[in-house]
Amino acid sequence: MDSPEELASGLDRAGYLPDGGVATAAFLAVRMGRPLFLEGEPGTGKTSLALALAKAMNVPLIRLQCHEGIDATQALYDWDYPRQLMHLRVLETRGEVDEASLYTRRFLLARPLLQALENAPCVLLVDEIDRADDEFEAFLLEVLSENAVSIPEFGEIRATTPPLTVLTSNRTREVHDALKRRCLYHWLEHPSLGREVAILRRTLPGLDERLAVKVAEAVHRMRGLDLLKPPGVAESLDWARALQALGHTEPDATTLGAVLKYREDADRVIGSTIVG
Amino acid sequence: MTEACVGFTRVLRGAGLQCGPDRVQAFLAATEHVDLYWAGRLTLCADPDDLPRYDAAYRAYFGGTPPRPRTTVELDSMTVGVAASDVEVLKHKDISEFNAAPLIARLRPLPPRRRSRRLKKARRGRMDLARTVRAMIEVGGEITRPRHRRRGTKARRLVLLIDVSGSMAAYSDALLRFAHVVARAMPVEVRTVGTRLTRVTRQLRERDQERALRAVGRAIPDYEGGTRLGDTIRRFNQQWRQRGAVVVLFSDGWERGDPALLAAELARLRRTSHRVLWANPHAGKPGYRPVQRGVVAALPHVDRMIAGHSVHALEELLEEVRRA
Repeated sequence: MDSPEELASGLDRAGYLPDGGVATAAFLAVRMGRPLFLEGEPGTGKTSLALALAKAMNVPLIRLQCHEGIDATQALYDWDYPRQLMHLRVLETRGEVDEASLYTRRFLLARPLLQALENAPCVLLVDEIDRADDEFEAFLLEVLSENAVSIPEFGEIRATTPPLTVLTSNRTREVHDALKRRCLYHWLEHPSLGREVAILRRTLPGLDERLAVKVAEAVHRMRGLDLLKPPGVAESLDWARALQALGHTEPDATTLGAVLKYREDADRVIGSTIVG
Repeated sequence: MTEACVGFTRVLRGAGLQCGPDRVQAFLAATEHVDLYWAGRLTLCADPDDLPRYDAAYRAYFGGTPPRPRTTVELDSMTVGVAASDVEVLKHKDISEFNAAPLIARLRPLPPRRRSRRLKKARRGRMDLARTVRAMIEVGGEITRPRHRRRGTKARRLVLLIDVSGSMAAYSDALLRFAHVVARAMPVEVRTVGTRLTRVTRQLRERDQERALRAVGRAIPDYEGGTRLGDTIRRFNQQWRQRGAVVVLFSDGWERGDPALLAAELARLRRTSHRVLWANPHAGKPGYRPVQRGVVAALPHVDRMIAGHSVHALEELLEEVRRA
């Protein structure tokens, strides 16, 4: 891939319509071999960009979903203790206890980070890093900057090509600057009106163009209303799908449940002139 | 070209972006692959707040138009030694009436704590299979005493919202110094409220208090302006999505905006927070009654209203926060 435009058309073929910024960010991440740190409102397509990148580059996607309390044994590797014990028992019956044979690759369980290092080239998606604790961030930083892990009992495992790492954050807390410094930073906005229409039509074949425009327009106006939960692209897709299924030709109040997830928001939109 | 780029990063640093040497290096490397604007934006920004600043600096530096002058606020930087015997008296004195900075600097804040999901080694609790097996392997596969782990505790996030409007002018300096002391001691998110919401967390991370406060002064566009608490808290609710924090609002509640909006937004804030405390400098004064429109509207939606006018009151507030 020689230019952001080329990557953009690759993403387009993979079913993701990027704007210039996203394509440039992803292109630079590939070129510089740096992780890409994506932030933005929920529903702006952070996770789906990683999925599309894997498709566009024709490499596997390995996903690590972060949560509070996640630690190295869930993210990197763990030893297969039951098998180790069994192996130990077998050795014992033969009278040859050899501890070193317990810490070999076949007793090592690869979790997403180790899988990514072993299977590179691949796309490694570290989703919602803001949910993990800061201890985990520090640990992740080490893996990302070395593209290798050293396992005390076993030795070092190093990626031959570094995986293309995409980190996403919903900004529920601030991620440490040391981690961001390792990454390229990109803030994702909601798509423009034209792009959202294109996304709707691309994802939902057979969707009437007029309806697509109307849905996108209504969703855009909703985002300007400062709602508790402004609709993302996923919501406009759900809405269009619902309207299509019901055979409606206009966005209407009966289907608002597909777009709005709070009663206060629905009240507000019904009080406006956005839907009939 | 390289020189121009490095000069640009200097401008950005002046605008408050964190352009350390490794970022500058990444920027220069990136210019070989993508255009200048994006090379800088992707490597030198780290926060949505940075983006408008970056754009402005870019226009100014490469486009020729000078950056818009910022209003600077010089905050009181005088420090006075305090004799130990006077400390107790001063602790109860209204902080708007003397320079409380030295006393505030002596406060030792402790964070509120909550249960963490992270498991740690412990004497009792869930069995720790990994450590147990490792211990068994060490003794050649013999059964040994099981090892355990359990959930530890973790500092709960603290948020300080400091009203810097005109009616709070006498307190702002002391409260920002207080925020600095807290920020040095625990993870805290600090924003100033007034007519606008301004994030000053980063500025307060600077170790030197005077420099930190000067940076804060530069960042606040609405210093000593009016009060639209409802609006600004709504903005805060939109931006801040973390649940379970302890939120402290420092304000006198002289609301010029719509009290109903203030009530609704505080209610929302309370639903997503662990505790909402209101520190009101007037609440500690004799004869104070919460009758201002803003206060009346807000009171049902905060967990406690506490005094916030003296060093002693701040100490009590810290105790309240620690136990929250």
